[in-house]
Amino acid sequence: MGKLKIVLSTSPFIHQEEDTPWLMFQVVFALIPVMLASFYFFGLSALLICATAIFACLLTEWLFDRTESKGASLKEGSALITGILLALTLPPGFPLWMVFLGGVVSIALGKLMWGGLGQNVFNPALLGRAFLQAAFPTAITTWSAPDGQYLMPRGTNFAMPFMQGESLDTITTATPLALMKFEHQATEIRNLLFGNIGGSLGETCGIVIILAGIYLAYRKVIVWQIPVSIFLTVTVISGVLYLINPQIYPSPLFMMLSGGLLLGSVFMATDLVTSPVTIKGCWLFGAGIGMLVVLIRVFGGLPEGVMYAILLMNAVTPLINRVTQQKVYGT
Amino acid sequence: MLLTLNHEQNGQITFKHGIHPEYYKELTQHLSVERMPFVEEYVLPLSQHIGAPSIAIVQKKQKVERGEMIAKPGGFVSVALHAPVSGTVTAIEASRHPNGQLLPAIRIKADPFATQRFEAKTPPVLEEMDQKQFVALVQSAGLVGLGGAAFPSHVKFSIPEGKHCKFLIINGCECEPFLTSDHRLMLEQAPQLIKGIKILARFLGVEKTFVGIEVNKADAIAGLQSLIQKEKTVMEVVPLQVKYPQGAEKMLITAILKKEVPSGKLPLDVETVVANVGTAVALADYFTRSQPLIERIVTVTGPGINRPANLMVPIGTPLHEVIETCGGLKPETTRILLGGPMMGVAQKNLEVPVLKGTSGVLALTGQEAREISTYKCVRCGRCLQACPTSLNPSLLGLLTRKGLYEEMKDEHLMDCIECACCSFVCPSGIPLVQGFRVAKAILREREAAA
Repeated sequence: MGKLKIVLSTSPFIHQEEDTPWLMFQVVFALIPVMLASFYFFGLSALLICATAIFACLLTEWLFDRTESKGASLKEGSALITGILLALTLPPGFPLWMVFLGGVVSIALGKLMWGGLGQNVFNPALLGRAFLQAAFPTAITTWSAPDGQYLMPRGTNFAMPFMQGESLDTITTATPLALMKFEHQATEIRNLLFGNIGGSLGETCGIVIILAGIYLAYRKVIVWQIPVSIFLTVTVISGVLYLINPQIYPSPLFMMLSGGLLLGSVFMATDLVTSPVTIKGCWLFGAGIGMLVVLIRVFGGLPEGVMYAILLMNAVTPLINRVTQQKVYGT
Repeated sequence: MLLTLNHEQNGQITFKHGIHPEYYKELTQHLSVERMPFVEEYVLPLSQHIGAPSIAIVQKKQKVERGEMIAKPGGFVSVALHAPVSGTVTAIEASRHPNGQLLPAIRIKADPFATQRFEAKTPPVLEEMDQKQFVALVQSAGLVGLGGAAFPSHVKFSIPEGKHCKFLIINGCECEPFLTSDHRLMLEQAPQLIKGIKILARFLGVEKTFVGIEVNKADAIAGLQSLIQKEKTVMEVVPLQVKYPQGAEKMLITAILKKEVPSGKLPLDVETVVANVGTAVALADYFTRSQPLIERIVTVTGPGINRPANLMVPIGTPLHEVIETCGGLKPETTRILLGGPMMGVAQKNLEVPVLKGTSGVLALTGQEAREISTYKCVRCGRCLQACPTSLNPSLLGLLTRKGLYEEMKDEHLMDCIECACCSFVCPSGIPLVQGFRVAKAILREREAAA
């Protein structure tokens, strides 16, 4: 037995197989169909924006990674998710230099500044998007319709740095939410589900996001209670409003399928790091997001409120964790 | 009043949270217990139990008989120790203990010409005994909890003034992966087990006894149920859900009685005593044929063992002899453990002996006992949903890293049962329970110093 290499360590000696990179890459895996849908509807523009955002996020992560061996944190896959999610929240005609800047801000200010993976309070992708919304309010609300010209990127994509670019060659359109808010005009549910509408890259094709969400919940990568809680709250509140006056207020189904609600509920609200750790807390967290989304959309000045709703609830997460602590055995 | 709980048969009875590891029990669960051949030398550490070490009452070169007392209890929380073989005491010296320390132990060289048969003696007469005498006898029989903790049994069995014990729970869960010694014991020694339970129930004065067994041991459940058919009002087999750590004392009480043991209190505070099946059989052995605790069933298993087996091993047998009896180790073995993979202790020196609390000898390879990478905590909350005591291991882990032990106490660190569920589920491979053990030890030390 002299040749044996016996290791000393303390129990437990067996571990569950799923590790953190596995969890992260499951999310990436679930995001692939959503990305493909955006390529289908918005062509080369979508591809370019995704590539730019991912590149910016990975580069920033790599440049500022001061921990252990350089580049180790890239393998965790979290920067990749941030890049994809950021891209999916942007309009198809968004200038690429702004995309790049957004990616840098997401990772640098949204994650690394807090101390890296697991330490950030806000969802990095949404923080980056909030920055872009504040810095470039016009560009981020200029929506071009799916035009079927796959190989022709939108002209504004190539705007020079510090320029907006001119949108001569694309047809701009309003998003279903803007139509609803400012003109009380509803979009057909079928189009909301299958994506033939104006909007951000990843939020137009509802059915793909729902399927991805079911997959992630089934693999126990996300806590299903969060999206379910959001959907329930949105349905109840907007349902009551719709019953009061269906002329002004949108139907619950429209609320659910329009804008970034699906994408946000499935991929961003469920971010492990920035959501509560207790199940009770997750229900509360989801309910808070649902309520804020309806409030902002219906009574606020903006047509869309998912981003701010999630960011606000991210800020409340530590408090939720405190008040929803589990009852310790025997106390 | 007799407790009548509606115990379904489908194994839905359990506690909150916990985990479902892979069990690997098929390696040994169908193998009958074999008797381990006697070897040349035995090592008997004076501390094989929780509490004060025993005090040696033999001298070097003294001849001893199998079953003869060789060390007396070193206090109330301490038990006697007996010679596992007939032979000669060769030394009383510091020897390597499975906990890693050098601790005093009695070494006995087996007499090659002795028959090594235990001669049954007339057992003590139960009818003439009171509770106090019973407790004293249990102590002198060297009985400890055979589930792994090795807590002196007589301490559990002595009911202080003013308290009384309504329920006896016999623990046949064996929730640790790989281990099958209790399973085989319940199958092969069921009549003796019931005898032990009856003796114990009588002296504790309980109203009802429950035998908790996980449903993955259906044959043991059926066997015991058919044996106690006539005693249904006082004895009941409770089939439990297969979940780790079902065999933890508090979890077992909660599963069966639907009560929680208050924080910092003992099972007796909810009028309950819990004893392992092995302990009950050892008790019966003593009160039927005067045989003290000199041997036990050990599951020798794991993918690194050439011939897995359930062995009846004399206490004090060196580990390498046990492993050789089972065909030796495969070259891919990377870890050797005493106990199960969740709470066992890794060994490097194979000279260490099998102790009273050793339920298994495991040889694991890199496949089950994987080397895991560590990442930062992503606050996924899995540890919170795994912790059977509903602690917040994620927060405790953070506090461990910062050395904030007093703060950990406020977060109920002392209620941690060290079952290791948190470390098992952590996707970031953070050594949570490992840190909690250290923190608890430091806090206890500080308390003792103050």
